Amino acid sequence: MDTKSDNDVMNIPALGTPLLDVRGLHVAYGASEVLHGVDLKIGHGEIVVLMGRNGMGKTTLMKSLIGNLPIREGSIFLDGKQITYLPAYKRVEVGLAYVPQGRMIFPTMTVKENIETGLFVRGEKSVPENLYDIFPVLREMGSRRGGNLSGGQQQQLAIARALATRPKVLLLDEPTEGVQPSIIQEMAHTLKKIRDNSGLSIMVSEQVLSFALDIADRILVIEGGNIVHQTTKANVDVDLLTRFLSV
Amino acid sequence: MLSGYSFNDLASIFVMQSFAGLILFSVFLLMALGLAIVFGQMGVINMAHGEFMILGAYTTYVCSYIFAQWMPALFGLYFFIAVILSFIVAGAVGMFLEWSLIRFLYKRPLDTLLATWGVSLILQQIFRSTFGAREVGVTLPDWMMGSWNLSETIQIPINGMIVIAITLLITIVIYGLLYKSGWGKQVRAVMQNRTMAGDVGINTERVDRFTFGLGCGVAGVAGAAFTMIGSTSPTAGQQYIVDTFLVVAFGGTESLGGTIASAFSISQARSILEFFLSGSMAQVLVLLTVIGILMLRPQGLFALKVRR
Ligand SMILES: Nc1ncnc2c1ncn2[C@@H]1O[C@H](COP(=O)(O)OP(=O)(O)OP(=O)(O)O)[C@@H](O)[C@H]1O
Ligand SMILES: [Mg+2]
Repeated sequence: MDTKSDNDVMNIPALGTPLLDVRGLHVAYGASEVLHGVDLKIGHGEIVVLMGRNGMGKTTLMKSLIGNLPIREGSIFLDGKQITYLPAYKRVEVGLAYVPQGRMIFPTMTVKENIETGLFVRGEKSVPENLYDIFPVLREMGSRRGGNLSGGQQQQLAIARALATRPKVLLLDEPTEGVQPSIIQEMAHTLKKIRDNSGLSIMVSEQVLSFALDIADRILVIEGGNIVHQTTKANVDVDLLTRFLSV
Repeated sequence: MLSGYSFNDLASIFVMQSFAGLILFSVFLLMALGLAIVFGQMGVINMAHGEFMILGAYTTYVCSYIFAQWMPALFGLYFFIAVILSFIVAGAVGMFLEWSLIRFLYKRPLDTLLATWGVSLILQQIFRSTFGAREVGVTLPDWMMGSWNLSETIQIPINGMIVIAITLLITIVIYGLLYKSGWGKQVRAVMQNRTMAGDVGINTERVDRFTFGLGCGVAGVAGAAFTMIGSTSPTAGQQYIVDTFLVVAFGGTESLGGTIASAFSISQARSILEFFLSGSMAQVLVLLTVIGILMLRPQGLFALKVRR
């Protein structure tokens, strides 16, 4: 494997002390281990794209970061706090937010109520206006049931719900899945705007290379439960990435 | 079965049986609300739900005893105090049960079934040791004993009207809690997707404990109402738990309206049929109808239409 770019990553000045620091993460489903010691760091305000083919462990990593899967070995630090053993809702309190693959909005609750479920952790009462400014369609559809939205609208809803918790790090698992190409571009634009305006960090798992190149400050490749390649946007080797992503 | 009754007789029977059915409806509804909320949110089938009702009934009994012994002047009001106390006692015991036992079993539905069944036996034994195996009844204050003569042949008992009023009040309060309060929003989120609710920062453990306590507390109030239509014994809850399961299955656990409509139709069918047929025939007929309907609509009669 190409390891030259690994060294580049370690020397990114902007990284400073990482906001999210994952060390030697081992995660298993019952007896079968799926993540074999994942290390990754995300800096303040950084957008990191996690790429990998189907079944390589992207979702598993996301779920173990937010706290939906128990961690067998290793540790997770967020903003200097050890969160490895906290239940999900406490990790959200510390500053993680999660948009799962498949969106998982609450189907029989209205759009507005769906967003409001994210407010409790900060003890806030009403949805911040700027969320509606980012996703105007959600304002229009406030009283519709979440389950009756289109896939793309549900994706926006899930992101808004996650942002309502005022995260430091936003985790997005394959947000472009089932979304048409023109909207994918718009989504990349929106996510970058969110990062620029609020300074949060984003880790997004992805299989669409154009989206990744569009949005990433840094790209990681996961294969068989290990991070096998890392590169900054500036040093990206498109051919190499394409090879990683093709079967 | 209708021969031998004049039209006027039939009308009166219908009105009075409907009213008797309304008291039954109150008990069913309160029981089913608690069971449905707990099942809907936590997937826990609480086999001890009937015992929580009886806990409320005994609380009411103790309350009436204390008032009669030491505060006879205030006896007329004991029932209202008893309703509140029943809620608090049953709710507190419920929260304790959730904390000490149920929360360790959330991912194992069969184990919760067994464990809560065990709890129901334990509670029955505690009742037996404390109050004896014999049935106890409460004496109603005089003003609640009367009835209101709507016409010569139609009499509506006052205690029944009070029970119905309390049930309405509690249903409205629960509706408000579930659909208008922040707590309710958290409950509904946990009901629909427990993992995701945690992922958006909802403290699911705390929501579970409150919900379980609320469900048991409402069963306690059902018990207070029950003292007006039956006598309390350690095992009296068992007779109601089956009907309550029926109401919940029939109505589905998704909407409060479904539970209400289901409790209403089952109690009315029971009560009106009971006048003409024997009690057990009425029971069988209702059961068969419900099973028939559930075969056509397994998600319950009142499931919401929404993509998921
Ligand atoms: N609940 C589970 N039990 C057992 N094995 C699982 C479970 N979920 C995932 N796996 C296995 O873990 C591996 C990684 O799966 P994961 O869902 O993390 O992949 P992914 O990279 O998200 O794939 P995709 O792009 O298809 O979403 C796969 O081999 C999968 O079969
Ligand atoms: Mg996945």
